[in-house]
Amino acid sequence: MSDLVELYQELVLDHNNRPRNKRAMEDASSTADGYNPLCGDQVSVFLKVEDGVIADVSFQGVGCAISQSSASMMTQNVKGKTVEEAEALFEVFHGMVTRDPGAEVDSESLGELEALAGVCAFPNRIKCASLAWHTMAASLNGKQQEQVTTE
Amino acid sequence: MTPQPFDVEAVRRDFPILSREVAGKPLVYLDSAATSQKPQVVIDALAAYYSGINANVHRGVHTLSQEATEAYEGARAKVRAFINAAEDAEIVFTRGTTEGINLVAHSLGTQRVVEGSEVIISNMEHHSNVVPWQILCEERGARLRVVPINDDGELLMDEYEAMLGPKTALVSIVHMSNALGTINSAKDIVALAHAHGVPVLLDGAQAIPHLPVDVGELDCDFYAFSGHKLFGPTGIGVLYGKREWLEQMPPYQGGGDMIKSVTFERTIYNDLPYKFEAGTPHIAGVVGLGAAIDYVNGIGLERAAAYEHELLEYGTEQLQAIGGLRLIGTARHKASVLSFVLDGIHPHDIGTILDTQGIAIRTGHHCTQPLMQRFQIPATARASLAFYNTKSEIDALVEGIHKTFEVFS
Ligand SMILES: Cc1ncc(COP(=O)(O)O)c(C=O)c1O
Repeated sequence: MSDLVELYQELVLDHNNRPRNKRAMEDASSTADGYNPLCGDQVSVFLKVEDGVIADVSFQGVGCAISQSSASMMTQNVKGKTVEEAEALFEVFHGMVTRDPGAEVDSESLGELEALAGVCAFPNRIKCASLAWHTMAASLNGKQQEQVTTE
Repeated sequence: MTPQPFDVEAVRRDFPILSREVAGKPLVYLDSAATSQKPQVVIDALAAYYSGINANVHRGVHTLSQEATEAYEGARAKVRAFINAAEDAEIVFTRGTTEGINLVAHSLGTQRVVEGSEVIISNMEHHSNVVPWQILCEERGARLRVVPINDDGELLMDEYEAMLGPKTALVSIVHMSNALGTINSAKDIVALAHAHGVPVLLDGAQAIPHLPVDVGELDCDFYAFSGHKLFGPTGIGVLYGKREWLEQMPPYQGGGDMIKSVTFERTIYNDLPYKFEAGTPHIAGVVGLGAAIDYVNGIGLERAAAYEHELLEYGTEQLQAIGGLRLIGTARHKASVLSFVLDGIHPHDIGTILDTQGIAIRTGHHCTQPLMQRFQIPATARASLAFYNTKSEIDALVEGIHKTFEVFS
């Protein structure tokens, strides 16, 4: 049960129930679609990058609580960051969800994203947590229209 | 003689895996529609084959090869009897249901499916009974037609009947749905198609472990199933085909075993069923499947089905009593499948939470995405039963669902 409580923290459930920045973006500078064939999670990420800075970011999609809340938290946490900073944050986030349970987390860089730290105890949910991030990275790299399947 | 009550505890002892724990709790295995567990006799048959008989079949004069061939052909006879086919030659061993369907699509399909013709499937097909036909129709300029279903997950037979006509080249429909549990009126499906001279393939992947199947009575032209859903090994399956079709069909793959003689100018194909069994087959798998059939015959499929039905009714009642739960698939004729969705909770999350309770269910689209689209849901949680499940396991499922609501409250 304690692993479950770790996984479905209040913040995670809150983002699942009231996702932030969940909307399409008409004037996006790039978009990408991500899909997890295992469970059918689907997410589209919209980015507006101006002078190397993520001026706006949003998402749409359907999926489990982990994928939806992760997408929602991601949008809040990369908005206003430079492309390089966002990519670096993705690396730290990815490290957190794929670490050995019990290993340290870089709390300082992650902030509230640490709410998803419990995912590492559920190996087959890592893809859910990282889907939106992979999709964002694909979009930043100009891989529009391509379907991202994670891991 | 009064029938003996079904002794599920004795049956459970035949399946070693059922005594293991998951997450520190007794395993509650409710995913038999994905693959069934294996009784010790099947596991033993594989070991006995490899440790005592192993040799290639149909190829050697030595003792081991003869014994291996006897074991292999003996299992074929068991399959024939199990589904009441007219002769052993109508039993083709494949890798599974998927390969059986692909065999028919490639072989008979390329003969019959021509430009402007039509192939009929249904809205509740597994992807393995959708994609091969889609590929074929695209190649041939033919049209794939889909029999719709109602909200209970039953085929609209009137619409099916209206689709049949001079353009229909083939019908391929599932006998029992893996996502809904619906048992289709296979006999009527076949009879209606035959009235138009159209051959019918039945996807029996789910039906075979739950219903007594008699291909003679169904009068179907093809019947495909997988060993691993019938308590046998993975990697082995069966395609039954009526001799008259198999004879006129071109081979599916070329290679050893499927030929009588080869020169660079001309090859004479082997007799049935070997024409369709190119290469060294999965001999151990066939032997294991034979052992699984012996096991099921020992249990008695009719008795097992009656017991499963009791479980299904109990599970249906229990689940329907849970507020915020909706069953997907409420056909009048159904077996062993409890697919459901919960208000506001994605099936994937249900699956994870149940897993922490030791309960194995499947969540997702069950390889039936068009069916999910029909019900306008992304996925379901599916508990599927076999005759080794118990009412107390259904109680554990119900408790797990309550726990799921708790975590999300
Ligand atoms: C109805 C149905 N058809 C076909 C298949 C495919 O079977 P296999 O993967 O063993 O080839 C399945 C397996 O899930 C099934 O349930």
